[in-house]
Amino acid sequence: MSAETVLFIVFAGIAVMAAVNLIWQRHPIHSALSLIVVMVSLAALYLLLGAELLAAVQIIVYAGAIMVLFVFVIMLLNAGEEERTEVSHAAKFLGVPLAVALTGLLAWRMWAFAPAAAASAVTDQNQTKMLSRLLFTDFTFPFEMTSILILIAILGAVVLAKREQ
Amino acid sequence: MNGLFAQNAYLLISLLKVAVVVLVLLTGIAYLTWFERKVVAHMQSRWGPERVGPYGLMQPLADGVKFLFKEDPTPAGADRFVYFLAPFLSLSLALCTIALIPFGPGEISIFGRSTSLSIAEINISLLIVFAFTSLSVYGVALAGWASNSKYPLLGSLRSSAQMLSYELGLTMSVVGIVLLSGTFSLRTIVLAQQGTVLGVLPRWNVFSPIMPQVIGFLCFFIAALAETNRVPFDLPEAETELVAGFHTEYASFKFAMFFMAEYAAMVTVSAVASVLFFGGWLSPFPENPAFHFTYYLPAALAAVGGVLLIVNGLRYRSKVGRVVVPVLGLILLLLAATCALPGVNPVIQGPFWLLSKIFFFLFVYVWIRGTLPRFRYDQLMAFGWKVLLPVSLANVVVTSLLILLREKR
Repeated sequence: MSAETVLFIVFAGIAVMAAVNLIWQRHPIHSALSLIVVMVSLAALYLLLGAELLAAVQIIVYAGAIMVLFVFVIMLLNAGEEERTEVSHAAKFLGVPLAVALTGLLAWRMWAFAPAAAASAVTDQNQTKMLSRLLFTDFTFPFEMTSILILIAILGAVVLAKREQ
Repeated sequence: MNGLFAQNAYLLISLLKVAVVVLVLLTGIAYLTWFERKVVAHMQSRWGPERVGPYGLMQPLADGVKFLFKEDPTPAGADRFVYFLAPFLSLSLALCTIALIPFGPGEISIFGRSTSLSIAEINISLLIVFAFTSLSVYGVALAGWASNSKYPLLGSLRSSAQMLSYELGLTMSVVGIVLLSGTFSLRTIVLAQQGTVLGVLPRWNVFSPIMPQVIGFLCFFIAALAETNRVPFDLPEAETELVAGFHTEYASFKFAMFFMAEYAAMVTVSAVASVLFFGGWLSPFPENPAFHFTYYLPAALAAVGGVLLIVNGLRYRSKVGRVVVPVLGLILLLLAATCALPGVNPVIQGPFWLLSKIFFFLFVYVWIRGTLPRFRYDQLMAFGWKVLLPVSLANVVVTSLLILLREKR
C-alpha cells in the first residue's frame, strides 16, 4: 500500500467520523467543531489529489470564514443543548429504507465513475493561473451569477436587520 | 543505520530543521517577553526586570518555571474538552506558520545532502499562511466560550468579530504584492525583489518602481496588529473592562500557551511582513563588489556587543553578574569570529538580514504598545470596514492598472 493510499484512508476516515459526530453531538458548538474537522480533512484530500489551491481556498473560505461566523452566531445567541424526542413512525419505516436506498444509489454511481474521475485529476503545475483562466472565460456567466446571488443574500440580510428598528 | 538514514534522509533532515527552528523560535519568544518589558519600562522611565539574573536575563526562565508549577483549575460548568483544546489550537496554529518562511537563498548541506533554508517549500505558501491565520481565531473564540464565564465570552465575541473584519483588509493588502510578482510562493516573491531602484534603493516591494506598496504595507501592518490582538487593537483582552478577556479563566501552563501563541504570532507576522514588503533575506545594500564589506556586518555587530558586555560586565554590581556577563560577552566575541570565517560568512547573510528585519518589526510592535491607547469598539469596527478595506481595495485597483499600462507599452 502506498503512502498516499494510507493518507487517503486516514483523512477519509476522519472526515466520515467527524460528519457522523456532527449529527451525533447535542451541543451546536460541538457540531460546528465537527464540521470544521470535516472541512479540514476534505482540504487534506484535495491536497492528496494535487489540488493545492483548492485545498487552501477550502480552509480559508469554509473553515476560516464561514465556520467562524457559524460559531460566532451560536455564541451570540447562546444556543443550548438540543432536546431529542422519540423518532416518529414515518421516519422509522419510510426514512431509514429511503436513506439506505439513496446511499446505495450514490455508491453505485460513484463506483462506476471512479476510474474516469481519477484519470482527469489535475496535473498542471500552475493551477492558480489555469483555474482563474477557466473562471473568467468558460465559466464567466455562472461565476457572475454566483456573485449576484451572494449580493442578493447580503441585501436580504440588510433588509431583515433594518426592520427590527 | 546508514541504509536507514539514506532511505529516510528527507524526513530526518526535515525533522532536524523543524527542531532547530522551533527551539530558536521558542527561546526567541521567551526573550521577546523580556525585551518587551525592558523596552516598555525604559519608555516609561522604569527599570523593568532587574532582579532575576544580571539585567533580569533569567526572568523568562523564572516565569516558565512558575507557569509549570502553578495550580491548574478548570472553572465549574466549563466545557472540559473545548477548554482543553483552545490553548493547544492557539499555540500550534501560531507555530505552524514559521514553517513556510524562507530564511535564505540557495541550499546548505547537512550530512552531505543539500537542503533549502526553509522547512516547507510549497508553491502557494502565501495562501497557506493565510489559511493558518484564518484558523487562529478559533483558539480565542473557543477559549472564551468554553470557560463558562461572562468576561471571557465577551472577549471572545469581540475577537471573533474583530478578526473576521480585519482579515479582509489583511488579505486585500497583499494582493498588490501577488500582482507584482505573479506568484503565491514566498521564495519567488523574495527573488522577484532583487536589484535596485535608481541605483540606490533596494528594489523591495515597498519601493517597487511600478507602484510602491507603501499603502499596502501600512494596511498590512495595521491589520496584522489587529489579527494578533495587540495594542491598540487588544479589545479581546482589555483588562480595564474584561479582567483579562478570553483567557481570564486560564491558569498555569494553559495560560502560558496563550501567551506564547501571541508572541509567536507576532514573530511570524513580522517575518511575513519582511518577506512580502522588505525583501526577506535580501541585503539592503546593492549586490556589487564595492559593498562586499557589508558581509562583515554581522560579525562586527556581534564583536561590538561582546566588547560592550565585557566592559560593562566587569563593573556589574553583583558578584555573579561580574562573572556571567563577561562570559556572555566572550561567547558573543566567539560568535563574531565564527561569523567572519570565509566558509560561514556567505551562508549567514540571508538569515542575518531576515532576522534583523523581524527584530525591527518586533521593536515597532513594542514601541506601538508603549505609545498608543486602546481603540473604542465602534471606532475599531468603523476603521476596519470604512477605512482599511476601501484603502486596500484602492491599492489593488491602482496597482493592477499600473501593471496593465506597463504591459501595454
